[in-house]
Amino acid sequence: MSGALLTNFAGVPFKNPVIAASGTFGFGRQFEKIYDLSEIGGLCTKGLTLEPRPGNTGERLWETPAGLLNSIGLENPGVDAFIENEWPHLADIDTVTIPNVGGSDLESYVEAVSRFNDLPVKLIELNISCPNVKCGGMAFGMDPEQAYAVTKAVVDESAHPVMAKLTPNAPDLVAVAKACEEAGAAGLSLINTVQGMAVDIDRRRIVFDNVYAGLSGPAVKPIALRMVHQVVHAVKIPVMALGGIADWRDALEFIMIGAQCVQVGTMNFVDTTVLPDIAEGLETYCVQHGLSNIDEVRGIL
Amino acid sequence: MAVIKSNFAIEEGIYQMEVAWTGDVTPGQFFMLRAWDRDPLLSRPFCVHDYDPESGTLTFLYQVKGKGTKLMSELGPMDAIQLDGPHGNGFPDVKSNLVVVGGGMGIAPLLYAVRDFKAKHKRKKVRVYLGYSFESYGVEPFNDVADDVIVNIGGIITEKVEVKRGETVFGCGPNVMMRALADAVPPKHPVYLSLEKRMACGMGVCLGCSVKTVDGNKQVCADGPVFERDELIWEGGL
Ligand SMILES: Cc1cc2nc3c(=O)[nH]c(=O)nc-3n(C[C@H](O)[C@H](O)[C@H](O)COP(=O)(O)OP(=O)(O)OC[C@H]3O[C@@H](n4cnc5c(N)ncnc54)[C@H](O)[C@@H]3O)c2cc1C
Ligand SMILES: Cc1cc2nc3c(=O)[nH]c(=O)nc-3n(C[C@H](O)[C@H](O)[C@H](O)COP(=O)(O)O)c2cc1C
Ligand code: FES
Repeated sequence: MSGALLTNFAGVPFKNPVIAASGTFGFGRQFEKIYDLSEIGGLCTKGLTLEPRPGNTGERLWETPAGLLNSIGLENPGVDAFIENEWPHLADIDTVTIPNVGGSDLESYVEAVSRFNDLPVKLIELNISCPNVKCGGMAFGMDPEQAYAVTKAVVDESAHPVMAKLTPNAPDLVAVAKACEEAGAAGLSLINTVQGMAVDIDRRRIVFDNVYAGLSGPAVKPIALRMVHQVVHAVKIPVMALGGIADWRDALEFIMIGAQCVQVGTMNFVDTTVLPDIAEGLETYCVQHGLSNIDEVRGIL
Repeated sequence: MAVIKSNFAIEEGIYQMEVAWTGDVTPGQFFMLRAWDRDPLLSRPFCVHDYDPESGTLTFLYQVKGKGTKLMSELGPMDAIQLDGPHGNGFPDVKSNLVVVGGGMGIAPLLYAVRDFKAKHKRKKVRVYLGYSFESYGVEPFNDVADDVIVNIGGIITEKVEVKRGETVFGCGPNVMMRALADAVPPKHPVYLSLEKRMACGMGVCLGCSVKTVDGNKQVCADGPVFERDELIWEGGL
């Protein structure tokens, strides 16, 4: 490693800007059997809520051309169980573990985030963008005022920097991004899944019990690029970009339009070593193009 | 990447693929297969139909349903296929006599289950029930390894199943059939059921294949696909 990928995100050093996206990496244990997690810049945990959640009923997955619809519904063991069972293990790994925290109202967000106050967490990802839970989640990320309120409440109570994760379903994404910045978010991540739907004509049914579901994977990449481009021009805080990234070239597209880091979600299912492969590909790119740091091509477009 | 030894139709739309592979695999475990680049996006789960460690041959039995299985059916000897696995927990090693119930493509993992059981417990008996909606397929190899094979076409196979004193039951088939089997077998017999769910990761990270159990949610891919009957909570549908 040449150091060409060293990246600072809101004061947090990352050895490379390649990070696992929430909900596609569990708590890292399965991938640890495949590669050394210290090869990647960081990982976002599965979305955590104050109380454990069983997730949605019915069908939860539906493949689409170049994409995946999911309706998991934030199945998770709860913040406390995570801190007890998973955090000690993750804390020993030389990578940045970013707890992804969700909630259903202001109080539950604040309470869940503050459970991390005494732990050496470097960054928290605030999920105000999950389209799959009826109460809250995405509701907060749809509207600038609500996004401001929840981000402010959380930032005030959190001992750690907070990165707000935005939803592409917001009618005015740029306004939401600015509201989060104003509320004190240290950074932003985008995009969460794009709301979609599927119909099973054989069973004559709407596929998902929750009717709508979240689309991810290569199908959403052009949308994600456009949105990241809009947001990086509107705010001063750093952006972690995600949505459909499948290889180092995709990652570089987002970096060239100004993303500080990238996250990779769905493609972890398709190719289990996609994250270290992207880090390696970016490293090689820097060497081949004589860059001392990837920053030399960051935001050039 | 693994190399295909053979791949041919045993019936219309039902294929058998032999792949060169050696390793440890338990009956009921599955592999995530792909033989294409990014279209379709996800790999496809298939359980082990048979395995011969001596010749290093892993066999899959599959039905052509959509794009993925269509692409698989077009492969031939010496073609490469990506095998990721084995995943999940298969059927347990039981010491009693065995009753095995398969419905449709659910017969796939049961051949290796019977072969493995017979290899370990030569004196124990295995009775196999195979149920099909229209035509039977893949029955022959069962005749070679099981003590008794009962084939049923049309109708409901679980109504035909008799379970005698001290027997353990293994089942694989559509989830509705698994539920019917769970209800039909008297409580004193252990029953192990292989479940099916759409999968994305196949390794327990996406939580797309959760089922309700008495110990909370479990993942079909990582904790199953084989579950003990009494673990499962069927209410509300799987
Ligand atoms: C653990 C496990 C083991 C399996 N083992 C076998 C096997 O040994 N032989 C075999 O023929 N099939 C098996 N299946 C089902 C097989 O994975 C699907 O038929 C296959 O993924 C269909 O892919 P496709 O691209 O051809 O069809 P698609 O275009 O993806 O779908 C066509 C139809 O297939 C069905 N289907 C799709 N994905 C799944 C899935 N994950 N589970 C069940 N049905 C699905 C749906 O009804 C769909 O309408 C198994 C499934 C699981 C979960
Ligand atoms: C199965 C699945 C589960 C997800 N769970 C979460 C979650 O718990 N919290 C969250 O913020 N995002 C979640 N996401 C969204 C991803 O983190 C990511 O924003 C989205 O999938 C787009 O990136 P991708 O195209 O690289 O997958 C999930 C996505 C998938 C596919
Ligand atoms: S398929 Fe992803 S958890 Fe089972």
